[in-house]
Amino acid sequence: MTEENKIFNKAYLDMELLRFTTAGSVDDGKSTLIGRLLYDSKSIFEDQLEDVKKASIQKGNKFVNLALLTDGLRSEREQGITIDVAYRYFATPKRKFIIADTPGHIQYTRNMVTGASTANAAIILIDARNGVTEQTFRHSYISSLLQIPHIIICVNKMDLVDYNEEKFTEIKNDFEAFASKLSVKDIQFIPISALKGDNVVKKSQNMPWYFGGTLLYTLENMHIGSDYDFENARFPVQYVIRPQSEEYHDYRGYAGRVAGGIFHKGDLIKILPSGFTSTIKSIDTYNGELEEAFPPLSVALSLDGDFDISRGDMIVKANNGPKQGQDIDIMMCWMNEKPLQLRTKYVLKHTSNEVRCMVKKIKYKVNVNTLDKISEDKNIKLNDIACVSLRTTKPLFFDSYSKNRITGSLILIDEATNETLGVGMIK
Amino acid sequence: MKRYNINHIRELESEAIFVMREVAAQFERPVLLFSGGKDSIVMVHLALKAFYPAKLPFPLLHIDTGHNFVETLKFRDNLVKKINARLIVGSVQESIDNGRSVEEKGYNASRNILQTTTLLDTIEKYKFDAAIGGARRDEEKARAKERFFSHRDEFGQWDPKNQRPELWNIFNGRKNIGEHFRVFPLSNWTEMDVWQYILMENIELPNLYFTHEREVFNRDGVWLAKAPFMKLKPNEKYETKKVRCRTIGDITCTGLTLSTAENIEDIIREIAATRITERGGRFDDKRSTSAMEDRKKQGYF
Repeated sequence: MTEENKIFNKAYLDMELLRFTTAGSVDDGKSTLIGRLLYDSKSIFEDQLEDVKKASIQKGNKFVNLALLTDGLRSEREQGITIDVAYRYFATPKRKFIIADTPGHIQYTRNMVTGASTANAAIILIDARNGVTEQTFRHSYISSLLQIPHIIICVNKMDLVDYNEEKFTEIKNDFEAFASKLSVKDIQFIPISALKGDNVVKKSQNMPWYFGGTLLYTLENMHIGSDYDFENARFPVQYVIRPQSEEYHDYRGYAGRVAGGIFHKGDLIKILPSGFTSTIKSIDTYNGELEEAFPPLSVALSLDGDFDISRGDMIVKANNGPKQGQDIDIMMCWMNEKPLQLRTKYVLKHTSNEVRCMVKKIKYKVNVNTLDKISEDKNIKLNDIACVSLRTTKPLFFDSYSKNRITGSLILIDEATNETLGVGMIK
Repeated sequence: MKRYNINHIRELESEAIFVMREVAAQFERPVLLFSGGKDSIVMVHLALKAFYPAKLPFPLLHIDTGHNFVETLKFRDNLVKKINARLIVGSVQESIDNGRSVEEKGYNASRNILQTTTLLDTIEKYKFDAAIGGARRDEEKARAKERFFSHRDEFGQWDPKNQRPELWNIFNGRKNIGEHFRVFPLSNWTEMDVWQYILMENIELPNLYFTHEREVFNRDGVWLAKAPFMKLKPNEKYETKKVRCRTIGDITCTGLTLSTAENIEDIIREIAATRITERGGRFDDKRSTSAMEDRKKQGYF
C-alpha cells in the first residue's frame, strides 16, 4: 500500500460512530432538517436528488422538498407523513452517523421510544414561532426516560422570526425551567433554519449574536466515549460454541457481547445463576486471543474447568455482581393496540435470557405532556408510559437502566401472537 | 487513562456478529442467503468470525437465476469448498420448467422478480425458519424501514406497516409454525463501510469488482454486459469498455461502471468521489418509485 493510500484510509478508519434520533411534531421541519444535513454534508447522491425533484414537481411543490428524501414507504409519501422509524446514514471525515428518524405525532410515541433506545444523542426541534409546546415536553421526557446522554434543542424556523435573539433566549429559558425535572446530562441549544440552511452545516450570517457551533459541528464533537458502563463487568452468554472437531475436541467458547465493564484474561469470574467461580482462560476471536474485552465487543470467553453454562446465563466479576430477583419495578412503554392485562402471562426477554412474567401492579401512569403521575387510571394502552411491578418465573440478573442500558432493559411478548407488546426500563 | 473505544467499522462488525449469533441461538433451521455479491461474501466472513473455531452452523442458499456471471459461480464454488460449508441451490430455471414461474418477455425481461417464488419455495421445502440476508438500510428507501429481525407471515410476505418494534439489542424471533424471519446483520452498514471492511480484513472478492475489458452495450444510460440471453434493440450495439461491477446481481439487471479501479483502495477512492448510489445502476429498481417496496412485500430479499 502506498503512503498516500495509508493516510487516505486512516482518515476513514479513525471515525467514531454516533447514533442520534430526531424528534419533532408534524410541521417542525424535521424531515427538512435531515434532508438539509444530508444535502449540505454531500451525503445525497444525484439519483436520489433526481427522484426527489421529480416527486416535488409531481406534488406541485415550488421548491425541491428535501423532506421527501426520508419518506420511504408509499403510504408515507402519499400522506406526507412519516409512519415508521427510518434509519439514515451519513459520514463526515470525523464521524459516521446513524439517524433514527422518528415520527412526531402523538400516536407514534412507540416509534420515538424505539429510535431513542440506541441513541447517543437526541435532536429535539422547536418551531421558533410556537415556542415550547406539549410535544416538546413529550419528546424531552422520552429522551430522558430512555437515558439519551446528550440532547440538542434546535430552535428551527428562525428565518420566520427575523432571526430574533430574544425569541431564541425566551425559548431557551422556558425549556430550561422544564428540563430541571428531567435527568439529562448534557443539553445544548442551537438556533437554526433547516429550510435556509442557517447553522445546520454552515455557520449562519444572519445570527451574529450566536457564538456556538453549528448542528453538525456539535454532532461531530460531543464526547461519547463514556456512554457505556466500563465499571461493572457484565457478559450475558449468548451462544455456546462447541466445534466438535478433532482439533478443538474439548473447546467450549461462551459467545457474547460485553454489556459492561472490562474483562481480562485471568480475571476471577462468577457464573450466574449457578454461582460457580472460575477464571478466564482466554478471550477468543477469529483474529486471535485478546488480553481484554470491553463494550461493545463480541468475543468468546473460555473458562478454566468444566461448567454447565448455557444461553441466558451471565458471567460477571467475582466481586461485583448485578442485582437478582423475581420482583422487578420498571418504567414501561406499551407498544401494542391490545391493552395491557394485569396478571396475564407474558414472555419476557432480558439480555439473552427468556422467562415468563406477569404484571402484578400498575403503580402509576405518566402524563407525558405534563409529567404528572396519574394513579387513578390503571388502563395501559398503546403509547402509554407507566411504572409497573413485574413478577418473573425465574430470577433475572439486572442493573438499573440508569446504570446500564443493556442489562437494564427488557421487552414483553404476547404468548399467542408473538408480538412485542411492551418495553421496560428497570428502576 | 486508557481509552476504551473502537472505530465505527469494528462496532458494526461486533453488532453483525451479535446478530449472527442471535440467529443461531433463536432459530432451529437458519440459512444464509448467498448471492455471490460482496455483501454476502462479507456476511460469510462475519459468520466465520461469529462461530470460530466451529464451522458455520447453517448452510448457504444461492437462488440461481441461471443468468449469472460465470465468475460468480466459480467464486461461489471455491469459497464453499474453502470454508467447508454446505451449499443449497434454488433454481429459477426449475421454477419456470415446472410452471411455478413464468418468464418475462421483451427487451428488459429479467428473472429478478422470479427469484421470489424460487426463494419462498426453497424456504418451504427445507423448512428454513430464518434466512440471513445482506440487505442494508442505506441501499434503498423501503429498506430504510426494515428491522434486523423481520417477520414474514405464512405466505412469506412483509407487512411494513405492522412491524414489531425493535429496541436496544433485544431481538424477538418468536413465530408461529409456517412463518419465518429474514435477518439483516448488515442493516447499519453503508456501501463505504462494506468496502472499508473488505480492505481491513483483506477479504477476497470475484474479479468482476475490479476493472476488466468486456463487451457491453448501453441501454437508457446504463451499461449492460453482453450475454446469450440479452437481446439488443435496433439502436444498440456492442462496444468493448473497461468496466467493473459496483454490485453484482443477475446479468440482465446489473449495470456496469466505467472504471479503471484495480484494487480495493482504488474502489474506495472511486466511491468516495461518486455521486450516484449503488443501486442507481440497477435496472430492477428503476421500474417505479416503489419497485423495491412492492417486491419486498411479496417476499423478495
